[in-house]
Amino acid sequence: MVKVIYRDKEWELKGRMTVRDAISKVGLNIQAVLAVRDGKLITEDTILKDGDVVKLVAVVSGG
Amino acid sequence: MKCRKCGRSAVINMRHHKLALCEECYLEWFPEQTKRAIERYRMFGPREKILVAVSGGKDSLSLWDVLLRLGYRADGLYIHLGIDGKGYSDRSLNYVEKFAARFWGASFKVVDVKALYGKSITELAREKLRGRKICSLCGLVKRHEMNRLAYEGGYDAIATGHNLDDEAATLLGNALRWQAGYLARQAPVLPSTHPKLARKVKPFCRLYERETAAYAILRGIEYIYDECPFAIGATSIFYKEILNQLEVHSPGTKLQFYLGFLRAREEGLFSKAMEGLKLGECEKCGQPTTAPKLCAFCRLWES
Repeated sequence: MVKVIYRDKEWELKGRMTVRDAISKVGLNIQAVLAVRDGKLITEDTILKDGDVVKLVAVVSGG
Repeated sequence: MKCRKCGRSAVINMRHHKLALCEECYLEWFPEQTKRAIERYRMFGPREKILVAVSGGKDSLSLWDVLLRLGYRADGLYIHLGIDGKGYSDRSLNYVEKFAARFWGASFKVVDVKALYGKSITELAREKLRGRKICSLCGLVKRHEMNRLAYEGGYDAIATGHNLDDEAATLLGNALRWQAGYLARQAPVLPSTHPKLARKVKPFCRLYERETAAYAILRGIEYIYDECPFAIGATSIFYKEILNQLEVHSPGTKLQFYLGFLRAREEGLFSKAMEGLKLGECEKCGQPTTAPKLCAFCRLWES
């Protein structure tokens, strides 16, 4: 399982996938977030494996 | 994905530039791009005094960081508006203080709106807006205080952390309504049009919001992550989402949209709307205004 965290939400995703796939599966736009694993920024082609925890950091602000 | 410059593991991929970079190369690239924009649009020179409007967010703190690293004389200004959703203004100020404590030589001023004028922005909005969006009121108060502090402190320019996504969203909003006056005044540099008005500059205007966030993260800058409680559901965020959908479909759309507009503007597309407004001075605060007696800011505080 890959755990994806975004703000106060969490998802458990099955199978091997890229960061791009994970962002798309949780319904977010790749332009609107940055992915962080183990405290490091990772690019969208990074392959995620079982046990990975990915935090998606929202980048859009406004007002 | 590998860094295009050195071959190490990339931490960010910028499809619109066809450029992936590792942490080290990105932390070099980002300030270089900022410097290039400062010079290209003649925002300010190395000896000029810059007032950086800092909100505690990723853009303004990254901007302050980059300007100081580039060696500019950049002081911070935090305007405490008294936004009280979970102590939002207090928490934002805390990030500014943390940044300044970590960065040797970073000095800043705090303007507390309630202490100075008797009401917080939330209290003012309750009286004046009757349910309308607070953001315009916030903008008016911030502009007034930035102009005042820049004039009193002898600053040459006011720098804000507006990024390309901010600019593209504003542009989309203005273009949808064909607001020629606003379009004419949207630029990386707003020159001073009155001795009491400092130049306004946006050194991040060519950098995507994703890039300013990446810079803050990689540089270890702590910033307020939560959205301003009043910005939730703001139209500007909706426009950004639409633009991001276009960007995914065709990388570079946001950049081309903005740069194409700047070219059209330079070629005079909005020249008629650019004809100068006559500025007088407010009878109460003395700041420049187009209004006959009191400026919009001073009218706010009239009962």
